[in-house]
Amino acid sequence: MTVFRDLSQHLMDIAENSTTAGATLLHIYIDEDPDANRLSVEVRDNGRGMDPQMLLRVSDPWVTTRTTRKVGLGIPFLKQTAEMCGGDFQITSVPGEGTATRAAFEFDHIDRPPLGDLAGTLLCIIVGNPTLDVVYCHHVGPGEFVFDTRELRELLGPEVPLYDPEILGFIRGTLTEELMALESEAA
Amino acid sequence: MKSLEELQKIKERALERRRLAGEGSRARVVVAMGTCGIAAGARDTMTAILGELEKRQIADVVVTQTGCVGLCEYEPIVQVQVGDQDMVTYGNIDTDRVSTLVEEHVVGGEPVEKWLVRK
Repeated sequence: MTVFRDLSQHLMDIAENSTTAGATLLHIYIDEDPDANRLSVEVRDNGRGMDPQMLLRVSDPWVTTRTTRKVGLGIPFLKQTAEMCGGDFQITSVPGEGTATRAAFEFDHIDRPPLGDLAGTLLCIIVGNPTLDVVYCHHVGPGEFVFDTRELRELLGPEVPLYDPEILGFIRGTLTEELMALESEAA
Repeated sequence: MKSLEELQKIKERALERRRLAGEGSRARVVVAMGTCGIAAGARDTMTAILGELEKRQIADVVVTQTGCVGLCEYEPIVQVQVGDQDMVTYGNIDTDRVSTLVEEHVVGGEPVEKWLVRK
């Protein structure tokens, strides 16, 4: 049972939890380590966090803070997918400080979802949340790609919106090219 | 990353576009990005919307995302507000509907009646 085709959709889902929790900074780590047969994904935010009771219940599919619908399914789906793929799932949170969500998978597990459209996902998270900064850090073996919107915003200044068509093209192009280079380097 | 000089040139052109566009924005587009939306393809819908703005060089449309809006059966849901008109809600906006939606409502200012969610 899964609702998402790929891990980038899970990433979008966790990022949406973070922005709903009032996060202004999101760290996304992806570590592909085929030699150790492990793929891990981690999202850390500085949102309002959860108390221990909520944290215990968050992996339960019948829990949500949302008021428009009564069930929350994103986190339980990710936990189930990780555990089904010989990996593990962890979520830690400190009220007032933020939440960290981690999922690991066996890299070559037959049921492990592909990473999917990471460039498109990141572009949507970055442009779609104007008050959120994103630090993206992706390792494939020894190769590394880091994209930090704080650096981008500093270079562009406060008057250039990220939804400008040429800036959109710049972010999309950079993410697409660098992620392709990272994967082909490792191959 | 591309060179810093290149980004500097892009920045200057972007500032010029801002000046030409004047204060405020022509339209606001909001994509529902709850678990239900993502499962129905909202991420791809939003990527397509951003792609249209890039392709058409539209500099004054703000695209943001929000959570579940409580109409899960109509996902992917996209809301559009042009100028100071009321915001309207569209349902089942898959990627193949994005070009028409941008063309007719965001650019043309005419809502696409047949895709509106009546509620």
